[in-house]
Amino acid sequence: MYSVEADNLIKRYGSSEALRGVSFRVSEGEIFGIIGPDGAGKTSIFRILTTLILPDGGSARVLGLDVVQDYHGIRRRVGYMPGRFSLYQDLSVEENLRFFATLFGTTIEENYDLVKDIYSYLEPFRKRKAGALSGGMKQKLALSCALIHKPDVLFLDEPTTGVDPVSRKEFWTMLRRLREQGLSIVVSTPYMDEATLCDRIALIRKGIFLDTDTPADIISKFTLPLLAVSGPHMPSLLRDIRLIPQVFSCFAFGDTHHVVMRPGELSLEAQINFLNTALHAKGHSGLSIKPIRPNVEDCYMYLDTLEEHS
Amino acid sequence: MILKYLIEKEFKQMARDPFILFIVIALPVLVMLVFPWATTMEIKNVNVAVVDNDRSDLSRLLTEKIASTEYFDITGVFMRSDEALEQVEFGDADIILEVPYGFEQDLLSEGSSSLLIEANAVNGTKASLGTSYLDVIVLDFTEEVNLERGAVTLTAPGGIAVDSYYWFNPTMDYKIPMIPALIMLVVALITGFLPAMNIVGEKEAGTIEQINVTPVPKITFIVGKLIPYWVIGVIVLSVGMVVAWLLYGLRPEGSVLLLYGLSLLFIFGLSGLGLIISNYSSTMQQAMFMIFFIIIVFILMCGIFTPISSMPEWARAISLFDPFTYFAEIMRMIYLKGSTFRDILPYVYPLLAFFVVIIGWAVLSYKKRG
Repeated sequence: MYSVEADNLIKRYGSSEALRGVSFRVSEGEIFGIIGPDGAGKTSIFRILTTLILPDGGSARVLGLDVVQDYHGIRRRVGYMPGRFSLYQDLSVEENLRFFATLFGTTIEENYDLVKDIYSYLEPFRKRKAGALSGGMKQKLALSCALIHKPDVLFLDEPTTGVDPVSRKEFWTMLRRLREQGLSIVVSTPYMDEATLCDRIALIRKGIFLDTDTPADIISKFTLPLLAVSGPHMPSLLRDIRLIPQVFSCFAFGDTHHVVMRPGELSLEAQINFLNTALHAKGHSGLSIKPIRPNVEDCYMYLDTLEEHS
Repeated sequence: MILKYLIEKEFKQMARDPFILFIVIALPVLVMLVFPWATTMEIKNVNVAVVDNDRSDLSRLLTEKIASTEYFDITGVFMRSDEALEQVEFGDADIILEVPYGFEQDLLSEGSSSLLIEANAVNGTKASLGTSYLDVIVLDFTEEVNLERGAVTLTAPGGIAVDSYYWFNPTMDYKIPMIPALIMLVVALITGFLPAMNIVGEKEAGTIEQINVTPVPKITFIVGKLIPYWVIGVIVLSVGMVVAWLLYGLRPEGSVLLLYGLSLLFIFGLSGLGLIISNYSSTMQQAMFMIFFIIIVFILMCGIFTPISSMPEWARAISLFDPFTYFAEIMRMIYLKGSTFRDILPYVYPLLAFFVVIIGWAVLSYKKRG
């Protein structure tokens, strides 16, 4: 049985279509990542699956329960952490946790083992008001509150946005530990580096999934040569590479530019030589051009550009 | 259990908001301290400009008699009426009393004469009440003059003497009926506005999302919101009543318990109304304007400042749907007349209907999903 099944979900807000037919399955004990930029429709998926809004088309089941018909049953068994911090800022850490435990008819003590790894970070601040916590602490508290009733599925909408890198790493460690306890987790993120930490991912763009697969398989589908270019004048280099007609796409990735050439007869060596010559002609020197292995972000950008062109 | 925690949470949040504490204590005290004096219908210190065309002993006597009352101040005695009118135009005088030439002679020889009273009706209450006070003084004056002449019966033909007695407020002190109405107003303001800000506040903070994914039933959630406001309402009511007693020596003639009991319907109804507005609003600003508008309409139509019986038919129809109308009447009856439950029953039914409709609506309008 699947923890989550979505079939052709459609959601409109006025005349704009947030979801244009999204389908996916999440197996038990799986971390499923929805990867995409802001405004791609990630939050709408979460809100439909947590029964906060109704879909305009398609259907979805969570734990075998229909999101429209059996929403009561779903609310009892899922944990949801919205993108925005939405606990009571004027209540203390402990009061928030106790409050949400009570709303689900349980107590902190009863499910303490489930949250203790996370809550142990918060214990020293349990009398502090939630509004006075740091970003990383707020996120841990929100996760504790979403877990306190021992849900079977966890929905986390951009849980690491606005959180420092150390807390982000800790957070993912916690998620993997929760998965080991049999929890299914649906998580969205705009950070591509977090994608590889999921078991399977979906790349979402403008309300449509570009691809759904394991991170490794998504990367392995990327068969074109990928070149990392760097030089002394990075901003003008980016502009000039994009002006070369044979270049399919070029994006700035940290300290290098990732370039994909239009598919043709040129071998990898020939591509490098061609680029070097073309850029020398535009006055760039001291360039480093070498082939690299693509990551999830390269795959996303490639699929995004393909979609853009069609 | 869940309800208990919902209520506990509301109280914790209130206790941490110093503004709410301030409002609940300070507002009723302030309202009771200031408004009974400000809402009085008594007219004092009306400025009168006298145009004396007669220049006789009697016209001077009349002017002095008017000036000697606490109701009127004479701003000047003029020769020409346009001078007096100028006074009105500049706002220095409210009323012109014009004494015609031959006033003394007519009064002494025929026992009657005529006077002209003109009033600035920009402030209608001041004009009408000032004019009628002045009438009484002039009538009184005529009687005195006639008495001196020995012609007694002329001003009271038929000899009907009218005595008035003001029941439940013998000194006709305007503050007395205003006080119970003002207590109601301050209770209504607080228990209407605070809940209107509540749910929409949770929407703005995003906390409603977390509540909506929980299995909490709608009715539990709404009742959990209402009970804290009822407690607040009872505190405000009590503060208002204590201040009324300490400051004005006014205590309910009737049962205090009955008053508290019926306040339950009123407060629950108004808080429910606040929650309905909160449910439909997406920002605090929207909710604020909406509740403000509704409460203003309720205040103006409820008849505590102007009697409902003198409203036009359509306005009276609106006041039938105004819960303030009934609770103001209940407050005044219990406070001033000492009415019993049986006496006020006709006002309890509409309040009960208001309560049922509003609570039902509040529960139904709370949507856990969009």
